Formats: sequence, C-alpha cells, structure tokens
Amino acid sequence: MADVSNEEIMSQMKQQMALANAQGQLSKMTGKCFKACIAQPGTSLNASEQRCISQCVDRFMDVWDLVARTYGNRLQREEELEKPYEKTGMF
Amino acid sequence: MSEFEDLSANDKELQEFLMIEKQKAQVHAQIHEFNEICWEKCIGKPSNKLDSATETCLSNCVDRFIDTSLLITQRFAQALQKQSSVDM
Repeated sequence: MADVSNEEIMSQMKQQMALANAQGQLSKMTGKCFKACIAQPGTSLNASEQRCISQCVDRFMDVWDLVARTYGNRLQREEELEKPYEKTGMF
Repeated sequence: MSEFEDLSANDKELQEFLMIEKQKAQVHAQIHEFNEICWEKCIGKPSNKLDSATETCLSNCVDRFIDTSLLITQRFAQALQKQSSVDM
C-alpha cells in the first residue's frame, strides 16, 4: 500500500507553501527596497543605503502584517453581513 | 472491503486538506497583490516605524481596493447584460 502517510504529504505541502510565500515576499521586498533606497547605484552600498534597506525590510513586514489583518477583518465583516457579494475571487 | 473504505477516507482527508490549502494560497495571493498596490500608494521612503497616517492609508487602501473590485464586478455584470440584450 502507500508508503507515505497523509500526515507526511500534508506536512510537506504546508512547508512548500510556506516556502513559496516567503520567496514571494523576499522577491517583492527586494524590488521595493532597492527602488526606495538606492537612488544612484554606486560602486558599493554606503552606510545610509544599508540603514535604509534594513529599515525597509522591517517596514515591509509591518505593512504585510497590517494588510493581512485588514483583509482578515474585512473577510469576517463580509461573512457576518452575509452580503450577496459577487464572485470577485477575493472572498 | 475495509481496505477500500480506508482508502477513500484517506483520499477524503487529502481532498479536504488540498481545498483548505488552495483557499489559503488564494488569500496569500490576494495579500501579495494588496501589498504591491498599497505600498506604492502609501509608502514613500521607509522610516524607522509606520506612523499612524501611513497605517490609516494602508488599511483604507485595502478596503477601498476591495470596494472598487466589488463595484466593478457589479457594473461589468450590468454591462454584459445590456450587451447580450442588444445582440438579441
């Protein structure tokens, strides 16, 4: 019969999804922070650019948390209202 | 007999799990999209914390984007209906 249990499959899948999500965040973060912090690319990252990048990473995570919370709250509100919302694919 | 019952119970468990993971993935994809749009709208140069004006901008951004999407869907549906009645 099957050598791999459901638990293993589910656990692996969860890990893969978490990894994919983190990779997506990393990619976006890099784009946003380069754009925000590096005005004129020089021959190295100076101290102010490095500081900006560090702050940017922290802010990106803050923004992520806030957006996720706001969306979660909205989902709950929509459910409570039992609105006949159209299928936008968001809910 | 019981072998087959076990199989379908396993499959059912996996199916339910996949459905939930798929929903989670959709939510994450949506959050990615909000982040993209609302960062552009609300974040200029990253500072050492999110001030309250920025936080307000971000949460408004998410809600207004959703409102926009709902309104567009409604309007688009109406437009499609009009179109199909004209073609008749």
